[in-house]
Amino acid sequence: MQAKTNILSLPTQEFVHPGTRACTGCGLAIAYRVGLKALGKDTMLVVPPSCLTVLQGLFPVASTKLPCLNVTFASTAAAATGILATLKTQGKEHITVAAWAGDGGTSDIGLQALSGAAERGDNFIYFCYDNEGYMNTGVQRSGTTPIGAITANTPFKGKLQQKKDVPAIMAAHNLSYVATCSAAYPLDLYDKIKNCVNLPGTKYIHIHIPCPPGWGYDPRYGIKIGRLAVETGYYDLYEIINGEFKLTAASEKLVEKRKLVPVIEYFRAQSRFRILTDMQIADIQNQIDKKWAGYYKKDE
Amino acid sequence: MHIIENGNVAAALGVKLCRANVIAAYPITPQTPLTERLSEYVELGQMKAEYIPVESEHSALAVCIAASSAGARTFTATSANGLLYMHEQVQWASGARLPIVMCVVNRAVGAPWNVWNDQQDSISQRDTGWIQIYCSDHQQIIDSVIKAFWLAEKVSIPIMVCYDGYILSHTYMPFDLPEQEKVDAFLPPFKPDYALSPDEPANLNTVTLPDVRTDVKGELAHGYMEIRYLLQEELRTTLTAAAEAEKRFAGIFGRSGDPYIEPYRCDDADYVAVGLGSITYQLRVCVDLLRKEGIKVGIMGVRFYRPFPDAAIANALKGKKGVIVFEKALSYGYEGALASDLKSALYEHLAGAGTLPFVQNFILGIGGREIRTDDLTQALRAATKSRVSKEPAWIGLKL
Amino acid sequence: MGTRNYRRKTSHSENGPGDGGRTGSWRVERPVLDQSLCIPCKRNKEACFICWLFCPEIVISRTIPPKVDLEYCKGCGICAEECPTKAITMVDEAKFSEEDTEKKKKKD
Repeated sequence: MQAKTNILSLPTQEFVHPGTRACTGCGLAIAYRVGLKALGKDTMLVVPPSCLTVLQGLFPVASTKLPCLNVTFASTAAAATGILATLKTQGKEHITVAAWAGDGGTSDIGLQALSGAAERGDNFIYFCYDNEGYMNTGVQRSGTTPIGAITANTPFKGKLQQKKDVPAIMAAHNLSYVATCSAAYPLDLYDKIKNCVNLPGTKYIHIHIPCPPGWGYDPRYGIKIGRLAVETGYYDLYEIINGEFKLTAASEKLVEKRKLVPVIEYFRAQSRFRILTDMQIADIQNQIDKKWAGYYKKDE
Repeated sequence: MHIIENGNVAAALGVKLCRANVIAAYPITPQTPLTERLSEYVELGQMKAEYIPVESEHSALAVCIAASSAGARTFTATSANGLLYMHEQVQWASGARLPIVMCVVNRAVGAPWNVWNDQQDSISQRDTGWIQIYCSDHQQIIDSVIKAFWLAEKVSIPIMVCYDGYILSHTYMPFDLPEQEKVDAFLPPFKPDYALSPDEPANLNTVTLPDVRTDVKGELAHGYMEIRYLLQEELRTTLTAAAEAEKRFAGIFGRSGDPYIEPYRCDDADYVAVGLGSITYQLRVCVDLLRKEGIKVGIMGVRFYRPFPDAAIANALKGKKGVIVFEKALSYGYEGALASDLKSALYEHLAGAGTLPFVQNFILGIGGREIRTDDLTQALRAATKSRVSKEPAWIGLKL
Repeated sequence: MGTRNYRRKTSHSENGPGDGGRTGSWRVERPVLDQSLCIPCKRNKEACFICWLFCPEIVISRTIPPKVDLEYCKGCGICAEECPTKAITMVDEAKFSEEDTEKKKKKD
């Protein structure tokens, strides 16, 4: 396992140029920058329509220094498979293939291709950067939008359905590696990529991405809000390695601490949750407490 | 060496001889034996290729697009609704200028479900910027697959090699199996102008603006419109490259024909029957019969449908009294697509230079409705007497 | 020759900064560093660099002192929020354009 990286041991080489079209304070920009440091120069990227498409630049300027194939919305994982196949025929299997798709491109339109690739055991890392909505097209709801969130097409009642648990879906494919990460914990993301890059088959990493315009907060609080999601026990950082579940990093520490920040603090920090009633929040708090009671029990 | 095999196997043998090294396919009747045979070759080690059993046709072409972008020679095959499901990727492949070869085993499209032969599937893709070749027998299938790889890689445009489901895919015919050495001489290894790799990183096919924009070197780069224009321009010049392919092929394999059309008893004909694929061979029986009755009729099989060889077709029909177009597909809301294209070619090249031949459009064989040679002969005979209808006339309808 | 040929007919982008233009123009406030509070500055050795880590735009240099590339800094304020010693404050951009205008007036 990778020894824990700290800021001073993080490689300094950058794989993204400044001056991208990403929003001010974009959480993806932080995760993507550190993610590419972990992947390194011998990487080929696959990106569907998403915020990342725009961040990576409009023709003829690319802000990414790595080779990247832009593909249709539903086909991210299939395209990763295709690149892998060519690398095999060329004897260049030392090159890492990494797909970076948004939550819409993963949990909704891209799920079929992802499931197919995972079932075939195609050897690439699939990153789902989850800003919990179709943010690039103006904040429409996606499968991973949490319950109660106001979006452009759940404008008054908020999303009525639960957040789709994509890591659990991927874990059901018997993958060698499934992990959850957050843009607020970039060093944890770096280490998890290093942990899994040499494991066989499809690896799945789900990254929680705070989004200022989509979630409704002053951009400066992005990291704070990302941390709150974890410290409230609402979003957990874990690894599932060959089927074995393990809380990690800040989430692991919470098991020791036995104290969660009340989730209402997370919700009140974002205007997208403004219509959540106290009763609904209490309900969600209940569910979180139950989940963590389970974690505490396992720990005993 | 002559062998007897079915059309799907002829296609598979062509792909094997061309040393395609990434194959992705999803099963759909009547294409399945083609890709099954390819998986046999790969598992037996007779083909050095990655065979990927994808979970949908959309993904099949997605795999090929990505693999081709990274520099592999790729192949897929499909029919009907599989092709329709791929449509987004079909448009993508041509816009990305990738030399993918795909066999379309022609089958009727849903709704309602129908697994038998007509050509609505590939005809509905004619605007996508792919090259489309139609085959009338197994020799043409295997030869067209071989020529297709060469042509696609020469012009960087993907190619659909189409042949009739069941009628050709599942029937057995003798044909010459080209030798591997000769195919290697005809088709050298794939050397793309650019292959995506960390050695020369680039960002491919990202959002492209309406107008031109300066690149990182300070030079003005083409915009979306220029990229699309070049696809159109290079599709038109493909007609020349197709003739070159035919010549090269003839030089190495000793057989050739017209690259665009396949004429039969046309030279002295007053009336010419036109079609795509196996129907043009079935028509030969009718034509021979009508000739005995003294009717001077011939056949023009159209081999290249896109890019449309308008000049060649118009030239071949110059001075004819009538053209009878038999089609297993149509552009719903108007008429047969081939008839429309043909009329426009006649108008473009022959208007004002004497009388234009009349064009009679027949629609038949839809959803695999049996095409009885007697009905064909009757229709052809009637049309040579006088134009039967302005609207397309349907043969074999049982209202 | 090959790649150039391909580039003419496809959407093929090479990498460089400023795809979004001079994104520094997006700012309404800019980060200002008080070196007396900045940990690497005080220790005069590599330390902290949290501002460098969390900058979404990669415009803060990993140097002593950290420097902000104002050509591209969008003024998100994450560096100010995350700095453990509050060494960075976000200052209204108008103040700086006022100063620039004053400087210009003095010149003319």
